[in-house]
Amino acid sequence: MSQEKITLEVFRFRPEQEDNPVFQSYEVPLRKDWVVLDALNYIKDYLDGTLSYRWSCRMGVCGSCGMMVNGTPVLTCATFLQKFAPGPIRVEPLSNFPVVRDLVIEMTDFMEKLKKVKPWIIRKDNQEGPEGEFIQTPSQLADYKQYSMCINCMLCYSACPVYGLEPGFTGPAAIALAQRYNMDNRDEGQEQRMELLSTDDGIWQCTFVGECSEVCPKNVDPAGAIQRYKVAGATDWWKSFLMPWAKP
Amino acid sequence: MVHFKSECDVLIIGAGGAGLRAAIAAAEANPKLKIGVISKVYPMRSHTVSAEGGAAAVIKSNDSTDYHAYDTISGGDWMSDQDAVEFFVNEAPKEMLRLEHWGCPWSRQDNGTVAVRPFGGMKIERTWFAADKTGFHMLHTLFQHTLKYDQIQRYDEFFVTKLIVDNGQCCGAVAIELATGKIFSIAAKAVIICTGGCGKIFPYTTNANIKTGDGMALAYRAGVALKDMEFVQYHPTGLPFTGILITEATRSEGGYMLNKDGYRYLQDYDLGKPQPKPVLRSMELGPRDRLSQAFVKEQEKGRTLKGAYGDFVYLDIRHLGEKTINAKLPFVRELCLKYENIDPIKEMIPVRPVVHYMMGGIHTDIDGATSLAGLYAAGETACVSINGANRLGSNSLTELLVFGSRAGKSAAEFASRINSSNFSIDSIANDEIKKLENFFVRRINGSEKIVEIRKEMHKSMEEGAGIYRSEKKKKKSQSAIASLQQRVQNISISDHSATFNTELISAIELSYMLDVAEAVVQSALQRKESRGSHQRTDYPKRDDQKFLSHSLAYRKDLSLPEIKYAPVTITKWPPGERVYGR
Repeated sequence: MSQEKITLEVFRFRPEQEDNPVFQSYEVPLRKDWVVLDALNYIKDYLDGTLSYRWSCRMGVCGSCGMMVNGTPVLTCATFLQKFAPGPIRVEPLSNFPVVRDLVIEMTDFMEKLKKVKPWIIRKDNQEGPEGEFIQTPSQLADYKQYSMCINCMLCYSACPVYGLEPGFTGPAAIALAQRYNMDNRDEGQEQRMELLSTDDGIWQCTFVGECSEVCPKNVDPAGAIQRYKVAGATDWWKSFLMPWAKP
Repeated sequence: MVHFKSECDVLIIGAGGAGLRAAIAAAEANPKLKIGVISKVYPMRSHTVSAEGGAAAVIKSNDSTDYHAYDTISGGDWMSDQDAVEFFVNEAPKEMLRLEHWGCPWSRQDNGTVAVRPFGGMKIERTWFAADKTGFHMLHTLFQHTLKYDQIQRYDEFFVTKLIVDNGQCCGAVAIELATGKIFSIAAKAVIICTGGCGKIFPYTTNANIKTGDGMALAYRAGVALKDMEFVQYHPTGLPFTGILITEATRSEGGYMLNKDGYRYLQDYDLGKPQPKPVLRSMELGPRDRLSQAFVKEQEKGRTLKGAYGDFVYLDIRHLGEKTINAKLPFVRELCLKYENIDPIKEMIPVRPVVHYMMGGIHTDIDGATSLAGLYAAGETACVSINGANRLGSNSLTELLVFGSRAGKSAAEFASRINSSNFSIDSIANDEIKKLENFFVRRINGSEKIVEIRKEMHKSMEEGAGIYRSEKKKKKSQSAIASLQQRVQNISISDHSATFNTELISAIELSYMLDVAEAVVQSALQRKESRGSHQRTDYPKRDDQKFLSHSLAYRKDLSLPEIKYAPVTITKWPPGERVYGR
């Protein structure tokens, strides 16, 4: 095992102890197969038991361990230390969120927004479904599959310039999930979701830059979902302008 | 310390697949009930998320529930309760269809019906899948569906420290709100434990960091038995350093297991002869216990490879080609690229057996009820038992639907029957709060490090309760665990903050893990036979005369757990030989 070391400069904030955040430096072994999360676990086990952060699966699917690493939102379980050698590496909580403590962010805002977009199958007859399965061809599945891959890791909110300025913005992941259901051939709830999203000014401030899609670890492309919504929304607007009797 | 109070009718501890399914079932059974769902993580972080390959249920016309039952029972080396298995295989298709109606993105055939793939130990292919992220899609579908129900109230990031038991009945739980450190008593008429497994008692595991056996320990401490804890499933294909799971679907799509000579070594272990295409119940599609045991035998023959994290063999899927790998195993490719820096289209994947699943768990009946009135359990944390001595791949995701739903319904009926409680919850909760205060807030002189105790636990579990076991090794583990039980009482906690104190949680989790580890070792020590995943070098044969029975481990203060036995229910499949590949 290599004896090389690398320094992590870690954001610390303990509300009972500090009024303002500080950075604390820790020296950890620089191992080829270690990710940033392994380094944090090393710190927790051997250097400083008081460091708080979230993590669970260590395989990029539970979405717990998102943090800013050298200014970019990443899953720390999927980011090798080696990439940043010789260091130092700056580790901070995800941007655009209040900090609970150290690297732990407050994310109840997202949880509420998620519920608001009604991320479940809506059927007009309120019946659950046919006796057997709904028929859904591979190409119908492909229509929405990409948007169903969101792990709610919050990296996109952290990268989103609109959410930073306009916390009321429904935001990339929740809109992508709304679109995931809108585009599922089993669902009939598009109008209900459109109604909600049409009151969201943030959507119109969203540009084509697509920082959210850039940082998404699962290639969900929330920016694409938002643009599609805009097109659908604009079409509805034109419809209501040209054909006021044809309310969706 | 202030004592905060909350209440609901049915309290579900754990918000993974089983817990969320139970919540929906309870809400449907009686819409007037207030359902509380408490979890130490946000629901979508639960470990169900990591399951890859699929979920078994009979849906195609070439299959039958009897085939599914037989595969499950022979896979479990006849330790499964056959009444429970029959109920399970009959409910499975209904549950899977409901999940389809709720939006789960199952992979499809060209005609738009659900596609199935084969899995290890199966006579007919019956595994529904959502590419190789089945658990992820099931969990998110369930979680998003629960958001429909206003009567389901969540306690996200609350950590349970104790079940409240009064007058012979479980009537709530004490929990810490992580964000604030506030301690709550949550009163409930019925409680369902759905906290999953305890893979973290072992060093190399596919299990997430949160899998510390919390619910098992809570029930065990409340006097409920842990059943069949000696049966620990090793998954034959984990990545060596991280333990990341490489799904069995790699083998059902046609992957080969190769030793250092490039030889398909499973042919030497009574699992059939190698064929170019996968054959059901044969070779690479044998059951997990037999494949993991074959690895150890290869290791003994010096035919495995040496790596920085122990010995390994290869899983070769290169011949499947880029198109199949990208379409059916995209997550496997992503995991290999991101975590092992290899591309399985061009390179072989190094793998070794890693701890994956607990067949054992909280002793429940077919309704999910435990011996303690008002307490239920479902999912990996429970043992009904359908999994017997070795779980069949792709039964666990289905199990959490079938028995999550059943436990939710039973608990709702129980809660609807009883009047609001006259229980002395306050005094029990206050005692626990005092204990917690003493445990961490005032603790300054502890001298034992969490990491050291955890490492020693890992070492003794791997040595004493690994793939092959013996009296001598297990006795050693038993005394090691007992001494760690003493040492954990003197744990050092440097973090005295109330806000998101993860060090405190780790210390309590460690004490849970030691309780569970103690039950595993003691149950294994007393089962003097080899069956399924429990293989003893000193008792290499199955012994139906003495051991066709479930072990029940009861916790004892200041001494080793007491082991009792209960009969296995046989309906129509008398114990027979497990035949694979012939």
